Amino acid sequence: MNTIHDLGGMHGFGAIAPERDESPFHETWEGRAGGILEVMTFPPGFTVDRFRYLRETLRPDLYLVQSYYEQWLYIAEQVLLEAGMISAEELARGKASPQSTKRNDSMRADAVWDFLHDRAHSGRPLAQAPRFTSGQRVRARNMQPAGHTRLPRYARGRSGMIVSHHGGHVLPDASAHGKGDAPQHLYTVRFAARELWGAAAHPRDSVHLDLWESYLEPA
Amino acid sequence: MSQHSHSHDDSVEMARHHHIHADLPPDPALRVKALESLLTDKGLVDPATIDAWVETYESRIGPRNGAKVVAKAWVDPDYKQRLLSDATTAIAELDLLGSQGQHMVALENTPGIHNLVVCTLCSCYPLPLLGLPPTWYKSAPYRSRAVLDPRGVLREFGLDLPEHVKIRVWDSTAEVRYLVLPERPAGTEHLNEAQLATLVTRNAMIGVAKVTA
Repeated sequence: MNTIHDLGGMHGFGAIAPERDESPFHETWEGRAGGILEVMTFPPGFTVDRFRYLRETLRPDLYLVQSYYEQWLYIAEQVLLEAGMISAEELARGKASPQSTKRNDSMRADAVWDFLHDRAHSGRPLAQAPRFTSGQRVRARNMQPAGHTRLPRYARGRSGMIVSHHGGHVLPDASAHGKGDAPQHLYTVRFAARELWGAAAHPRDSVHLDLWESYLEPA
Repeated sequence: MSQHSHSHDDSVEMARHHHIHADLPPDPALRVKALESLLTDKGLVDPATIDAWVETYESRIGPRNGAKVVAKAWVDPDYKQRLLSDATTAIAELDLLGSQGQHMVALENTPGIHNLVVCTLCSCYPLPLLGLPPTWYKSAPYRSRAVLDPRGVLREFGLDLPEHVKIRVWDSTAEVRYLVLPERPAGTEHLNEAQLATLVTRNAMIGVAKVTA
Protein backbone atom coordinates (compact mmCIF):
# COMPACT_ATOMS: atom_id res chain seq x y z
CA MET A 1 0.00 0.00 0.00
CA ASN A 2 1.16 3.50 -0.79
CA THR A 3 1.49 4.94 2.68
CA ILE A 4 4.03 6.54 4.97
CA HIS A 5 6.07 3.41 5.74
CA ASP A 6 7.47 3.57 2.17
CA LEU A 7 10.07 6.16 3.13
CA GLY A 8 12.85 5.61 0.59
CA GLY A 9 13.82 8.84 -1.17
CA MET A 10 11.69 11.23 0.89
CA HIS A 11 12.95 14.58 2.14
CA GLY A 12 12.27 16.51 5.29
CA PHE A 13 13.01 14.12 8.15
CA GLY A 14 16.19 15.88 9.21
CA ALA A 15 19.47 14.57 10.53
CA ILE A 16 20.08 11.03 11.74
CA ALA A 17 20.47 11.01 15.50
CA PRO A 18 22.59 8.10 16.71
CA GLU A 19 22.68 7.67 20.49
CA ARG A 20 25.88 6.88 22.36
CA ASP A 21 25.98 3.40 23.91
CA GLU A 22 22.32 2.77 23.11
CA SER A 23 20.85 -0.18 25.01
CA PRO A 24 18.32 -2.51 23.31
CA PHE A 25 15.44 -1.07 25.32
CA HIS A 26 15.21 2.53 26.53
CA GLU A 27 12.50 1.76 29.04
CA THR A 28 11.22 -1.44 30.61
CA TRP A 29 7.91 -1.27 28.72
CA GLU A 30 9.74 -1.45 25.37
CA GLY A 31 11.17 -4.85 26.25
CA ARG A 32 7.76 -6.04 27.45
CA ALA A 33 6.11 -4.86 24.18
CA GLY A 34 8.83 -6.48 22.09
CA GLY A 35 8.58 -9.70 24.06
CA ILE A 36 4.78 -9.88 23.87
CA LEU A 37 4.77 -9.59 20.09
CA GLU A 38 7.44 -12.27 19.76
CA VAL A 39 6.36 -14.92 22.26
CA MET A 40 2.58 -14.53 22.55
CA THR A 41 0.23 -17.11 21.06
CA PHE A 42 -0.61 -16.16 17.47
CA PRO A 43 -3.73 -17.09 15.52
CA PRO A 44 -3.25 -20.06 13.15
CA GLY A 45 -1.74 -19.06 9.81
CA PHE A 46 -0.25 -15.79 11.05
CA THR A 47 2.80 -14.71 9.01
CA VAL A 48 5.63 -12.19 9.24
CA ASP A 49 4.11 -10.57 6.16
CA ARG A 50 0.81 -10.03 7.98
CA PHE A 51 2.87 -8.50 10.79
CA ARG A 52 4.49 -6.02 8.40
CA TYR A 53 1.16 -5.25 6.72
CA LEU A 54 -0.53 -4.51 10.07
CA ARG A 55 2.27 -2.06 10.90
CA GLU A 56 1.52 -0.32 7.59
CA THR A 57 -2.13 0.08 8.59
CA LEU A 58 -1.17 2.35 11.48
CA ARG A 59 -2.50 5.87 10.82
CA PRO A 60 0.23 7.74 8.90
CA ASP A 61 0.40 10.63 11.37
CA LEU A 62 0.84 8.17 14.25
CA TYR A 63 3.39 6.13 12.28
CA LEU A 64 5.68 9.14 12.23
CA VAL A 65 5.38 10.09 15.89
CA GLN A 66 5.13 6.73 17.64
CA SER A 67 8.24 4.95 18.77
CA TYR A 68 9.09 1.57 17.27
CA TYR A 69 7.87 -0.46 20.25
CA GLU A 70 4.69 1.60 20.46
CA GLN A 71 4.05 0.42 16.91
CA TRP A 72 4.74 -3.17 17.98
CA LEU A 73 2.17 -2.75 20.70
CA TYR A 74 -0.35 -1.60 18.07
CA ILE A 75 0.48 -4.66 15.93
CA ALA A 76 0.03 -7.06 18.86
CA GLU A 77 -3.36 -5.52 19.67
CA GLN A 78 -4.47 -5.68 16.02
CA VAL A 79 -3.39 -9.31 15.57
CA LEU A 80 -5.40 -10.43 18.58
CA LEU A 81 -8.41 -8.21 17.91
CA GLU A 82 -8.78 -9.21 14.25
CA ALA A 83 -8.53 -12.91 15.19
CA GLY A 84 -11.13 -12.47 17.94
CA MET A 85 -8.64 -13.77 20.53
CA ILE A 86 -9.31 -10.69 22.65
CA SER A 87 -12.15 -8.16 22.57
CA ALA A 88 -11.92 -4.37 22.58
CA GLU A 89 -13.63 -4.36 25.98
CA GLU A 90 -11.07 -6.75 27.43
CA LEU A 91 -8.25 -4.65 26.00
CA ALA A 92 -9.69 -1.47 27.52
CA ARG A 93 -10.02 -3.11 30.94
CA GLY A 94 -6.78 -5.12 30.85
CA LYS A 95 -8.73 -8.11 32.17
CA ALA A 96 -10.24 -11.22 30.64
CA SER A 97 -14.02 -11.28 30.47
CA PRO A 98 -15.61 -13.76 32.91
CA GLN A 99 -16.83 -15.87 29.95
CA SER A 100 -13.33 -16.29 28.54
CA THR A 101 -11.56 -19.63 28.99
CA LYS A 102 -7.88 -19.63 29.87
CA ARG A 103 -5.52 -21.42 27.45
CA ASN A 104 -2.52 -23.36 28.68
CA ASP A 105 -0.42 -23.70 25.51
CA SER A 106 1.62 -20.46 25.43
CA MET A 107 5.37 -20.56 24.75
CA ARG A 108 7.47 -21.56 27.77
CA ALA A 109 10.52 -19.59 28.89
CA ASP A 110 12.87 -22.49 28.14
CA ALA A 111 11.70 -22.54 24.51
CA VAL A 112 12.78 -18.95 23.70
CA TRP A 113 16.34 -19.73 22.65
CA ASP A 114 15.27 -22.45 20.20
CA PHE A 115 12.43 -20.27 18.94
CA LEU A 116 14.90 -17.53 18.03
CA HIS A 117 17.04 -20.09 16.18
CA ASP A 118 14.26 -21.93 14.38
CA ARG A 119 12.13 -19.28 12.75
CA ALA A 120 9.95 -20.14 9.83
CA HIS A 121 12.04 -20.11 6.70
CA SER A 122 10.76 -18.16 3.68
CA GLY A 123 12.63 -20.24 1.06
CA ARG A 124 10.38 -22.59 -0.96
CA PRO A 125 11.64 -24.97 -3.64
CA LEU A 126 10.09 -24.21 -7.04
CA ALA A 127 9.68 -26.65 -9.92
CA GLN A 128 9.53 -24.03 -12.66
CA ALA A 129 12.76 -22.47 -13.91
CA PRO A 130 13.51 -18.82 -13.09
CA ARG A 131 12.40 -16.41 -15.81
CA PHE A 132 15.45 -14.16 -15.46
CA THR A 133 19.18 -14.80 -15.31
CA SER A 134 22.07 -12.91 -13.75
CA GLY A 135 23.21 -10.00 -15.91
CA GLN A 136 19.78 -9.60 -17.54
CA ARG A 137 18.21 -6.13 -17.75
CA VAL A 138 14.80 -5.89 -16.10
CA ARG A 139 12.29 -3.20 -15.23
CA ALA A 140 10.34 -3.04 -11.97
CA ARG A 141 6.67 -2.90 -12.88
CA ASN A 142 4.55 0.15 -12.33
CA MET A 143 2.06 -1.29 -9.84
CA GLN A 144 0.13 0.39 -7.03
CA PRO A 145 -1.43 -2.41 -4.95
CA ALA A 146 -3.70 -1.30 -2.12
CA GLY A 147 -2.49 -4.27 -0.03
CA HIS A 148 0.96 -5.31 1.17
CA THR A 149 3.89 -5.30 -1.24
CA ARG A 150 7.65 -5.14 -0.96
CA LEU A 151 8.27 -3.13 -4.12
CA PRO A 152 8.99 0.41 -2.89
CA ARG A 153 7.58 3.33 -4.89
CA TYR A 154 11.04 4.69 -5.66
CA ALA A 155 11.90 1.63 -7.80
CA ARG A 156 8.62 1.24 -9.72
CA GLY A 157 9.07 1.74 -13.44
CA ARG A 158 12.87 1.84 -13.10
CA SER A 159 15.32 -0.40 -14.93
CA GLY A 160 18.11 -2.40 -13.40
CA MET A 161 20.14 -5.57 -13.74
CA ILE A 162 19.72 -8.96 -12.07
CA VAL A 163 22.79 -9.59 -9.91
CA SER A 164 21.69 -12.76 -8.11
CA HIS A 165 18.91 -15.30 -7.80
CA HIS A 166 17.84 -16.67 -4.41
CA GLY A 167 15.46 -19.47 -5.45
CA GLY A 168 11.77 -19.53 -4.54
CA HIS A 169 10.49 -17.44 -1.64
CA VAL A 170 7.08 -16.86 -0.05
CA LEU A 171 5.40 -13.91 -1.81
CA PRO A 172 4.58 -11.24 0.81
CA ASP A 173 1.77 -9.77 -1.34
CA ALA A 174 -0.12 -13.10 -0.96
CA SER A 175 1.07 -14.21 2.46
CA ALA A 176 0.07 -10.94 4.15
CA HIS A 177 -3.53 -11.45 3.04
CA GLY A 178 -4.19 -15.10 3.86
CA LYS A 179 -3.55 -16.27 0.30
CA GLY A 180 -0.90 -18.83 1.18
CA ASP A 181 2.81 -18.90 0.38
CA ALA A 182 2.40 -18.44 -3.42
CA PRO A 183 6.20 -18.74 -3.78
CA GLN A 184 8.04 -17.03 -6.63
CA HIS A 185 11.65 -16.71 -7.68
CA LEU A 186 13.44 -13.95 -5.79
CA TYR A 187 16.24 -11.87 -7.33
CA THR A 188 18.58 -9.11 -6.24
CA VAL A 189 18.37 -6.27 -8.76
CA ARG A 190 20.94 -3.47 -9.04
CA PHE A 191 19.66 -0.02 -10.02
CA ALA A 192 22.08 2.77 -10.90
CA ALA A 193 21.57 5.70 -8.51
CA ARG A 194 21.07 7.95 -11.56
CA GLU A 195 18.29 5.71 -12.90
CA LEU A 196 16.44 6.12 -9.59
CA TRP A 197 17.24 9.71 -8.69
CA GLY A 198 18.33 11.50 -11.86
CA ALA A 199 21.45 13.32 -12.97
CA ALA A 200 22.30 14.77 -9.57
CA ALA A 201 23.01 11.28 -8.17
CA HIS A 202 26.59 10.04 -8.02
CA PRO A 203 27.52 8.18 -11.23
CA ARG A 204 29.28 5.36 -9.36
CA ASP A 205 26.55 4.63 -6.82
CA SER A 206 23.84 1.98 -6.97
CA VAL A 207 20.93 0.66 -4.92
CA HIS A 208 20.05 -3.05 -4.69
CA LEU A 209 16.60 -4.46 -3.97
CA ASP A 210 15.38 -8.02 -3.48
CA LEU A 211 12.42 -8.39 -5.82
CA TRP A 212 10.01 -11.22 -6.66
CA GLU A 213 9.52 -12.38 -10.23
CA SER A 214 6.04 -10.85 -10.62
CA TYR A 215 7.48 -7.44 -9.70
CA LEU A 216 9.71 -7.55 -12.79
CA GLU A 217 9.48 -7.51 -16.58
CA PRO A 218 12.22 -7.74 -19.22
CA ALA A 219 13.68 -4.31 -20.03
CA MET B 1 -5.47 40.44 37.76
CA SER B 2 -2.14 38.98 36.79
CA GLN B 3 -3.15 35.89 38.74
CA HIS B 4 -6.28 35.68 36.63
CA SER B 5 -4.53 36.02 33.26
CA HIS B 6 -1.96 33.45 34.36
CA SER B 7 -4.62 30.83 35.04
CA HIS B 8 -6.37 31.80 31.82
CA ASP B 9 -3.14 31.07 29.89
CA ASP B 10 -2.81 27.78 31.71
CA SER B 11 -6.30 26.69 30.78
CA VAL B 12 -5.75 27.64 27.14
CA GLU B 13 -2.51 25.67 27.22
CA MET B 14 -4.27 22.70 28.81
CA ALA B 15 -7.11 22.82 26.32
CA ARG B 16 -4.62 22.84 23.46
CA HIS B 17 -2.75 19.96 25.07
CA HIS B 18 -5.96 17.98 25.46
CA HIS B 19 -7.01 18.73 21.93
CA ILE B 20 -3.71 17.42 20.57
CA HIS B 21 -3.76 14.32 22.73
CA ALA B 22 -7.45 13.45 22.66
CA ASP B 23 -6.83 11.61 19.41
CA LEU B 24 -3.69 9.77 20.49
CA PRO B 25 -3.56 6.42 22.26
CA PRO B 26 -2.67 6.60 25.96
CA ASP B 27 0.79 6.21 27.43
CA PRO B 28 2.42 3.11 25.92
CA ALA B 29 3.73 1.96 29.30
CA LEU B 30 0.14 1.72 30.55
CA ARG B 31 -1.06 0.05 27.34
CA VAL B 32 1.68 -2.58 27.57
CA LYS B 33 0.85 -3.25 31.19
CA ALA B 34 -2.84 -3.69 30.34
CA LEU B 35 -2.07 -5.95 27.37
CA GLU B 36 0.40 -8.12 29.29
CA SER B 37 -2.00 -8.60 32.18
CA LEU B 38 -4.90 -9.39 29.82
CA LEU B 39 -2.86 -11.92 27.83
CA THR B 40 -1.53 -13.50 31.02
CA ASP B 41 -5.12 -13.74 32.27
CA LYS B 42 -6.14 -15.52 29.06
CA GLY B 43 -3.13 -17.81 28.94
CA LEU B 44 -1.91 -16.22 25.68
CA VAL B 45 1.49 -15.26 27.08
CA ASP B 46 3.65 -16.26 30.04
CA PRO B 47 5.42 -13.28 31.70
CA ALA B 48 8.43 -15.52 32.42
CA THR B 49 8.74 -16.14 28.68
CA ILE B 50 8.78 -12.38 28.02
CA ASP B 51 11.52 -12.09 30.68
CA ALA B 52 13.53 -14.75 28.84
CA TRP B 53 13.09 -12.97 25.49
CA VAL B 54 14.23 -9.63 26.95
CA GLU B 55 17.19 -11.27 28.66
CA THR B 56 18.22 -13.00 25.42
CA TYR B 57 18.39 -9.73 23.48
CA GLU B 58 19.94 -7.80 26.38
CA SER B 59 22.78 -10.20 26.97
CA ARG B 60 23.00 -13.18 24.62
CA ILE B 61 22.38 -11.94 21.06
CA GLY B 62 24.19 -8.81 19.87
CA PRO B 63 26.91 -7.40 17.60
CA ARG B 64 29.57 -9.62 19.21
CA ASN B 65 28.15 -12.45 17.07
CA GLY B 66 28.71 -10.57 13.83
CA ALA B 67 32.15 -9.47 15.03
CA LYS B 68 33.17 -13.14 15.38
CA VAL B 69 32.23 -13.76 11.75
CA VAL B 70 34.18 -10.71 10.56
CA ALA B 71 37.29 -11.51 12.60
CA LYS B 72 37.31 -15.10 11.38
CA ALA B 73 37.04 -13.92 7.77
CA TRP B 74 39.99 -11.56 8.34
CA VAL B 75 42.32 -14.26 9.64
CA ASP B 76 41.14 -17.25 7.58
CA PRO B 77 41.14 -16.70 3.78
CA ASP B 78 39.28 -19.99 3.13
CA TYR B 79 36.55 -18.98 5.56
CA LYS B 80 36.33 -15.57 3.91
CA GLN B 81 35.79 -17.23 0.52
CA ARG B 82 33.06 -19.44 1.95
CA LEU B 83 31.44 -16.43 3.63
CA LEU B 84 31.37 -14.42 0.42
CA SER B 85 30.09 -17.28 -1.74
CA ASP B 86 27.51 -18.71 0.73
CA ALA B 87 27.19 -16.66 3.91
CA THR B 88 24.26 -18.69 5.25
CA THR B 89 26.34 -21.88 5.41
CA ALA B 90 29.52 -20.14 6.57
CA ILE B 91 27.73 -18.40 9.44
CA ALA B 92 25.93 -21.61 10.38
CA GLU B 93 29.41 -23.17 10.88
CA LEU B 94 29.76 -20.85 13.89
CA ASP B 95 26.29 -21.82 15.19
CA LEU B 96 25.11 -18.21 15.01
CA LEU B 97 22.01 -18.49 12.85
CA GLY B 98 18.56 -17.72 14.06
CA SER B 99 15.74 -15.24 13.68
CA GLN B 100 15.81 -13.50 10.29
CA GLY B 101 19.25 -14.91 9.66
CA GLN B 102 18.40 -17.82 7.42
CA HIS B 103 19.28 -16.17 4.13
CA MET B 104 22.48 -14.29 4.72
CA VAL B 105 24.61 -12.43 2.20
CA ALA B 106 28.01 -10.98 3.17
CA LEU B 107 29.11 -7.81 1.36
CA GLU B 108 32.85 -7.14 1.19
CA ASN B 109 34.08 -3.58 1.55
CA THR B 110 37.27 -2.87 -0.40
CA PRO B 111 39.28 0.29 -1.12
CA GLY B 112 37.02 0.80 -4.19
CA ILE B 113 33.61 -0.45 -2.99
CA HIS B 114 31.64 0.55 0.10
CA ASN B 115 28.42 -1.26 1.05
CA LEU B 116 25.60 0.22 3.12
CA VAL B 117 22.53 -1.67 4.43
CA VAL B 118 19.06 -0.21 5.04
CA CYS B 119 15.43 -1.30 5.19
CA THR B 120 13.35 1.54 3.72
CA LEU B 121 9.99 -0.25 4.20
CA CYS B 122 10.32 -1.35 7.83
CA SER B 123 13.31 -2.36 9.93
CA CYS B 124 14.71 -5.67 8.61
CA TYR B 125 18.08 -6.36 10.18
CA PRO B 126 20.35 -9.41 10.69
CA LEU B 127 19.10 -10.05 14.23
CA PRO B 128 21.16 -13.16 15.07
CA LEU B 129 24.39 -11.40 14.12
CA LEU B 130 23.77 -7.86 15.34
CA GLY B 131 20.97 -8.17 17.90
CA LEU B 132 18.11 -5.66 17.87
CA PRO B 133 18.59 -2.65 15.58
CA PRO B 134 19.49 0.75 17.05
CA THR B 135 16.81 3.45 17.00
CA TRP B 136 18.48 5.47 14.24
CA TYR B 137 18.40 2.46 11.88
CA LYS B 138 14.61 2.27 12.31
CA SER B 139 14.12 6.04 12.05
CA ALA B 140 12.61 8.02 9.17
CA PRO B 141 15.78 10.10 8.54
CA TYR B 142 17.94 7.01 7.90
CA ARG B 143 15.32 5.01 6.00
CA SER B 144 14.43 7.92 3.71
CA ARG B 145 17.96 9.13 2.95
CA ALA B 146 20.19 6.03 2.85
CA VAL B 147 18.97 5.21 -0.68
CA LEU B 148 18.73 8.81 -1.99
CA ASP B 149 21.81 10.38 -0.42
CA PRO B 150 24.15 7.69 0.91
CA ARG B 151 27.19 9.95 0.75
CA GLY B 152 25.46 12.59 2.86
CA VAL B 153 24.35 9.92 5.33
CA LEU B 154 27.88 8.56 5.61
CA ARG B 155 29.29 12.07 6.14
CA GLU B 156 26.86 12.46 9.03
CA PHE B 157 28.43 9.35 10.55
CA GLY B 158 31.88 10.92 10.03
CA LEU B 159 32.77 8.93 6.92
CA ASP B 160 33.68 11.12 3.94
CA LEU B 161 34.36 8.68 1.10
CA PRO B 162 36.45 9.72 -1.91
CA GLU B 163 34.76 10.28 -5.30
CA HIS B 164 36.30 7.16 -6.84
CA VAL B 165 34.68 4.79 -4.31
CA LYS B 166 31.51 3.05 -5.53
CA ILE B 167 28.75 3.05 -2.95
CA ARG B 168 26.41 0.06 -3.05
CA VAL B 169 23.26 0.45 -0.99
CA TRP B 170 21.26 -2.70 -0.13
CA ASP B 171 17.57 -2.17 0.67
CA SER B 172 16.40 -5.26 2.62
CA THR B 173 13.06 -5.76 0.87
CA ALA B 174 12.86 -9.58 1.29
CA GLU B 175 14.06 -12.12 3.88
CA VAL B 176 17.65 -11.90 2.66
CA ARG B 177 19.74 -10.30 5.43
CA TYR B 178 22.96 -8.43 4.71
CA LEU B 179 26.16 -8.28 6.75
CA VAL B 180 28.91 -5.88 5.69
CA LEU B 181 32.40 -7.36 5.90
CA PRO B 182 34.46 -4.24 6.69
CA GLU B 183 38.09 -3.77 5.64
CA ARG B 184 40.63 -4.97 8.18
CA PRO B 185 42.40 -1.88 9.51
CA ALA B 186 46.12 -1.41 8.88
CA GLY B 187 48.45 -2.07 11.78
CA THR B 188 46.51 -5.06 13.14
CA GLU B 189 48.82 -7.79 11.81
CA HIS B 190 49.92 -8.68 15.37
CA LEU B 191 46.37 -9.21 16.67
CA ASN B 192 44.72 -12.61 16.93
CA GLU B 193 41.14 -13.45 15.95
CA ALA B 194 39.65 -12.74 19.40
CA GLN B 195 41.49 -9.42 19.66
CA LEU B 196 40.37 -8.43 16.18
CA ALA B 197 36.75 -9.21 17.06
CA THR B 198 36.84 -6.57 19.81
CA LEU B 199 37.59 -3.89 17.17
CA VAL B 200 34.56 -4.67 14.99
CA THR B 201 31.60 -2.38 15.65
CA ARG B 202 27.92 -2.76 14.86
CA ASN B 203 28.01 0.38 12.71
CA ALA B 204 30.85 -1.05 10.60
CA MET B 205 28.76 -4.18 9.92
CA ILE B 206 25.79 -2.00 8.80
CA GLY B 207 28.19 0.01 6.64
CA VAL B 208 28.01 3.45 8.28
CA ALA B 209 31.55 3.25 9.71
CA LYS B 210 34.96 1.76 9.06
CA VAL B 211 36.81 -0.36 11.61
CA THR B 212 39.71 1.46 13.22
CA ALA B 213 42.62 -0.05 15.12
